[in-house]
Amino acid sequence: MAEITLEKVVKRYGALGVVHGIDLTIAHEEFVVLVGPSGCGKSTTLRMIAGLEDITGGLVKIGGQVVNDLPPRKRNISMVFQNYALYPHMNVRDNLGFGLKIAGQSPAEIARRVTEAADILGLVPLLDRTPAELSGGQRQRVAMGRAIVRNPDAFLFDEPLSNLDAKLRGQMRAEIKKLHQKVRTTVVYVTHDQVEAMTLADRIVVMKDGNIEQVGTPMEVFNHPLTTFVATFIGSPPMNLLPGTIAGQIVRLADGTEVPVPDRLQRFVRDGMAVQLGIRPDDISPVGHGLSQDGPGAEVSLTVDLAEPLGMESLIYTRLAGQEVQAKLYGPRIVAPGEVLAFRLALDRAHLFDAASGKSVRAH
Amino acid sequence: MTVTVQSRASKQAKRIALWFTTFALMLVMCVPGLWVVLSAFRPNREILAKPPVWIPQELSLVNFGKVFGFGAEQVGIPVGSYFANSLIIALTSTIIALIIGIGGGYAFARYRFRFKGGLFLGLMLFRAVPGIALSLPVFMMWSKLGLVDTKLGLIIVYVSLNVPFTIWLIDGFFRQIPQALSEAAQVDGCTRWQAFWKIEFPLAKSGIAAAGVFAFLTSWNEFALASQLTRSTDSKTLPVGLLDFTAQFTIDWAGMCAMAVIIIIPALILTFIVQKHLIAGLTFGGVKG
Ligand SMILES: Nc1ncnc2c1ncn2[C@@H]1O[C@H](COP(=O)(O)OP(=O)(O)OP(=O)(O)O)[C@@H](O)[C@H]1O
Ligand SMILES: [Mg+2]
Repeated sequence: MAEITLEKVVKRYGALGVVHGIDLTIAHEEFVVLVGPSGCGKSTTLRMIAGLEDITGGLVKIGGQVVNDLPPRKRNISMVFQNYALYPHMNVRDNLGFGLKIAGQSPAEIARRVTEAADILGLVPLLDRTPAELSGGQRQRVAMGRAIVRNPDAFLFDEPLSNLDAKLRGQMRAEIKKLHQKVRTTVVYVTHDQVEAMTLADRIVVMKDGNIEQVGTPMEVFNHPLTTFVATFIGSPPMNLLPGTIAGQIVRLADGTEVPVPDRLQRFVRDGMAVQLGIRPDDISPVGHGLSQDGPGAEVSLTVDLAEPLGMESLIYTRLAGQEVQAKLYGPRIVAPGEVLAFRLALDRAHLFDAASGKSVRAH
Repeated sequence: MTVTVQSRASKQAKRIALWFTTFALMLVMCVPGLWVVLSAFRPNREILAKPPVWIPQELSLVNFGKVFGFGAEQVGIPVGSYFANSLIIALTSTIIALIIGIGGGYAFARYRFRFKGGLFLGLMLFRAVPGIALSLPVFMMWSKLGLVDTKLGLIIVYVSLNVPFTIWLIDGFFRQIPQALSEAAQVDGCTRWQAFWKIEFPLAKSGIAAAGVFAFLTSWNEFALASQLTRSTDSKTLPVGLLDFTAQFTIDWAGMCAMAVIIIIPALILTFIVQKHLIAGLTFGGVKG
């Protein structure tokens, strides 16, 4: 059992606070992704779990045991680094076997487990090469092999795919997911790429400025973002946010456009409340070219400023309530700039955030 | 067409100029060395002949026999002791300078501590002071401490002369090794100490070897300070011993050249080793994407 628990974990460099007391429980065999913009403290948090960074305050527990004062080697974790950190003076076989050798395993046992790991990752033909003789994706796989060969309680990944090109990144993402299905182990995975977060995670932890913004399954985080930060960070292109005021059960946008408050949010709003209406590009589509045509909606006439055709869909830039918004057109129809189209807003999937706090009105 | 021909011609001219310059410089550097080596195998009268004899007429090992104290002619110079002194002093001071250099270089490359910048600058400035400028104060201190004309006295001087350099060079090599390697090793089960010896040290090996050879050569060839601080066979080194060939009115050039060759040979061998190591460099394929 390797449940990882963070309790009020704080990290400071001198006077500079980097992580401000985060609480998080990662279940046994769970795949948790820490995601957030650059500098928000993801790596620092991961490195505190690994034991590579002192913990200023709070507790880190692995399998119920407080590990604050244990060096990395006593935590039975393994880690995949952003730059792979393969040992350049050893061949792949020795890279994979290094941890076992340090642990004093017999040569026969080392050979057996190295072969086993190499098999899983398709590294058998590369065993006698040095890291310098490998491609980026192969290095990545060796780094993962080195992590699984020791059979640790948890894997820690720090942006393992960020050095790969887009195509390879997609492939390796799938391999990591398969690997986790084969080798059921607790995983903490750091990335700033929300696609990786959405596709890999059992649960996503969205971080911002050293705090946790929201924890939830990818669908929870996508469908019910608790803050405007999460709303715009998860999902691509990002959610449109339109300032407005509540008047009864109406949201009056900046230019006077009125849209009804979505049914499911009606009980959360007060008259006169300053809000931001959040609506994803996928939920603003020309009539007849949207994802869903039924359910509550509002129709508005908008002028296309710019259209980016992507084959079976187009991304449309337009203006709504005096603000640039992005919309999606589904289908192979070509639109020209300047064209005026009737757009449908799928209000059942819209969000309302308190303008002052940036928090979802549901959170009040 | 004409343009390319012209540019090819001018490239050729540049190449020739480059070769010529290189050749001229090599000539300036090599001819004295060659002269010394040749003279080591020639009798004094041929060395001093006027007009100079460029092409040696007779070559023999007589000079070496003379220097080492066998054969018909002998000079009363204890070359054996000098050689032993040189070897002991250079080796010991190099090993100590390397140990300090590895520790210091690693600390500068990996740790943050107070006055780090100042300390580093201080070490580098110390390098800028010519050793000979320190000879008088060192001599006075050493005579108080009874270190004049001892091997230990010279060893201490050479260690302090070499340490700034070894720290600087080794620091540079450790800096090139990403910290993530040691961290990966620690996650893999190593203590910090094991991570150092199994990962970082092997990767910095070429740099450490280069620093060692440079330190050895500095100590091996050093003359100015050694000539002040040594007196007798207890501590005199080979370069100082060369002066034994100058009597009041005569200089035994042949013997001196033979001894110079004896000094040069270990230096040459070591230079070849350092060259190999410097060219070998380091491969960081496992780290860079
Ligand atoms: N050794 C250090 N000394 C001082 N500040 C540091 C140190 N290491 C990291 N920081 C600061 O801590 C903050 C969090 O860093 P961290 O590396 O955890 O960010 P991150 O979320 O992993 O970002 P990225 O996506 O860019 O890797 C940053 O603002 C960084 O400047
Ligand atoms: Mg990071």
